[in-house]
Amino acid sequence: MSRLLAVLRHRLMWPAAVLVLLIAVNVVVTPTFLSVELRDGNLYGSLIDILRQAAPLALIGIGMTLVIATGGIDLSVGSVAAISGAVACLWISKLDNQDSVGGVLVAIALAMVLSVACGLWNGVLVSVVGIQPIIATLILMVAGRGVAQLITEGQIITIASDPYKVIGSGYASLIPFSVLMAAIAVAIAVVLTRLTALGLMIESIGGNPTASRLSGILAGRFTIIVYAATGLCAGIAGLIYTSSVNSADGSGVGNLIELDAILAVVIGGTALTGGRFSLAGTVLGAVIIETIDTSIVALGVPSNANLLFKAVVVVALFLAQSPEFRSRLAIRRRPGPPASKEPAQPDAKVEVPA
Amino acid sequence: MDSATPILTMTGIAKRFAGVVALDDVDFRLFPGEVHALLGENGAGKSTLIKVLTGVYGTDAGEIRLGGEPVRFTGPLQARAAGISTVYQEVNLCPNLSVAENIYIGREPRRFGRIRWAEMRRRAAELLRKLHLDLDVTAPLARYSLAVQQMVAIARAVDVEAKVIILDEPTSSLDASEVAELFRVVRQLKAAGVAILFVSHFLDQVYEIADRMTVLRNGRRIGEYPTAELPQVRLVSLMIGKELATLEALDDKPKQTGEAAQPLVEAHALGRKGAVEPFDLTIHQGEVVGLAGLLGAGRTEVARLLFGADRADTGRVDVAGSHVNLRGPRTAMSHRIAFCSENRRAEGVIEDLTVRENIVLALQATRGWARRIPQRRQDELVDRYVKALNIRPADPDLPVRNLSGGNQQKVLLARWLITEPRLLIVDEPTRGIDVGAKAEIQKLIAELSDGGMAVLFISAELEEVLRLSHTIVVLRDRRVVEQLPNGDDVDSDRVMRTIASGNGGTS
Repeated sequence: MSRLLAVLRHRLMWPAAVLVLLIAVNVVVTPTFLSVELRDGNLYGSLIDILRQAAPLALIGIGMTLVIATGGIDLSVGSVAAISGAVACLWISKLDNQDSVGGVLVAIALAMVLSVACGLWNGVLVSVVGIQPIIATLILMVAGRGVAQLITEGQIITIASDPYKVIGSGYASLIPFSVLMAAIAVAIAVVLTRLTALGLMIESIGGNPTASRLSGILAGRFTIIVYAATGLCAGIAGLIYTSSVNSADGSGVGNLIELDAILAVVIGGTALTGGRFSLAGTVLGAVIIETIDTSIVALGVPSNANLLFKAVVVVALFLAQSPEFRSRLAIRRRPGPPASKEPAQPDAKVEVPA
Repeated sequence: MDSATPILTMTGIAKRFAGVVALDDVDFRLFPGEVHALLGENGAGKSTLIKVLTGVYGTDAGEIRLGGEPVRFTGPLQARAAGISTVYQEVNLCPNLSVAENIYIGREPRRFGRIRWAEMRRRAAELLRKLHLDLDVTAPLARYSLAVQQMVAIARAVDVEAKVIILDEPTSSLDASEVAELFRVVRQLKAAGVAILFVSHFLDQVYEIADRMTVLRNGRRIGEYPTAELPQVRLVSLMIGKELATLEALDDKPKQTGEAAQPLVEAHALGRKGAVEPFDLTIHQGEVVGLAGLLGAGRTEVARLLFGADRADTGRVDVAGSHVNLRGPRTAMSHRIAFCSENRRAEGVIEDLTVRENIVLALQATRGWARRIPQRRQDELVDRYVKALNIRPADPDLPVRNLSGGNQQKVLLARWLITEPRLLIVDEPTRGIDVGAKAEIQKLIAELSDGGMAVLFISAELEEVLRLSHTIVVLRDRRVVEQLPNGDDVDSDRVMRTIASGNGGTS
């Protein structure tokens, strides 16, 4: 057990170290960065802002992690978020009383049903029709954006609904409501995958689909479930996005979020080839990405260098995570006796003689 | 031969992994123009020694000299440039590239930086012709069987101006005629003065081709012997470090099951186009049915049909007297049929997962994802089978990829045994694993059948089939040609004649 913990610590240590470093830099530049204050029974501060921004990304990241673990990928999450937000806002905008809780709940339910349907569509294309995941989800990525714009009729739907506003901007005793939702979603995902055998099944399908089939695992069923769950996560994220700005923009909501979500998954240590996955890692990855975005503003990075800055941090992070790169660096620093010159072996590949 | 100078000497080689000693003060030498077999059980250090030699691993101590000069390679590419080529057990080629590309990848003939494709194809064709292989060099490698792919890998090694060629289990996926073909090439190379390091678990082949052998056990060198002076029985006891009690215990032919045994699985005119012609087959409780035949004769195809891994397009299967529609592996499993695939890595273990996860996988799949096997029950089952099958290292939390082939095979067997099958189908369970593990697995199968389990046993090694089976089914050209009860009148010659002629023996 202690060994398992050691491995876990090792795997998430470098992303965590980078996060700490980012925060440290921010503290130097903005000494009040770490301060969190209590106002009207709610918490405010830069850290809370980061968590709030990371919430929808973490939500999508959960789904993306599971999809990637099965050996797939889902490019359509941004479009699904846009559809979900557009439907919810459209429904609310047609209400006589936009502050009616019942009406808002119906709008949310409608958005969720549609999001799950989108996920099912992806799942069926991948597992029943047999299209490669990147192509299958590309269809909905492109078409879904169009559907969202059809729903909003190319306009931005603006609403004024207090109950709906709670999702993105509200507080649930101390912490932001969106952070609470993301936390609950993570908890549910962890319980479902680790306390049942769902996680094992997913890792097995991603690790070796043929062997999994021959072991009696009905891969198609799990694949569909996982894509449907990702659709649901993206749908919730769409509610958060539209709720925080009180409007739905078919072309803007969740634009390029799929790339950030994939990035969060990779930072968290889940390999794009499928198999082993880490939900905690993805959450950490989402927080790191949002911290970088916040740092860009705080450090006054010129806006045309934003993406470059982000890229440099991410590349540095990946290099720090690579055992191969680290040991190569160590060798270069002190050219020891010939025995230490052996080529860098990733720790995981150490062969244990029987 | 000892008067000659060795082309390669390794002295006092030591290598440890995370505190575990893999090699301890190992000496090894190789003369030009000899075939030298490196022998030992799985985990004895053969692979490690080869990887140290080719620079995949560094050494903790010791010296390597090639042609008298001390060398230290930092990778296989460097070793190859110095004249040491390796052909690995698992084909290490790119199936989506053409045959010619596979042979010349990384050293394509070039002019002004441009690859000269025509020249490359011409040279590849010529090289293969020398090895008597008739292949279309422009076809993707995946079009050819595993055996042919292996030959391409060897062709690739041969073509590099090699002083030393390492053949690591090159024959494990070849059938008898292909092995003969390979050995012809090996002798050709030997006559040209190339030193050949040969690793194989097929002792008959070692005795056929090797001039000398070095035996390793637990990371130490036991000794170096001329082949002619070391009888096979003595060799095996040197390898496993004990006398052959387990092997000898199985020497008797299996007792026939009583007439009273109930038919468990009956196939009636079961067949699939392009895989195997319709056949009838009955497997009784407690019976071991052995499938004999050449590689590609349809042995695996029969197994896959009975497990539902492939759908049959004719015929029917009855299990315990009632008709069953085998829609897929899951249906077969619900009738307690288990199938250990011959392709351990591609269709068997899931390398990323731990030993524990691999073992519980099939049982968990039948229970469904919602009903996770309780941790305590998992530990209990896994511990029991790790002990019973002697899986080493006995750490259930280790990823399966870190285990040797024989131990991965045992993990697979454990996966199916905990599902308590009535019929266990094992396809080549002893291929590419060492004598000790082989004897253990054979013994296990005999015990399981004594306990009432029916076993369908597939092996390319006729001796093994004869030793274990109550009934022998002979396949030839995707057709069942004969089914005969094992008895004193049945020996390998008798079965071999059927395989060769396709006729039902003497009758």
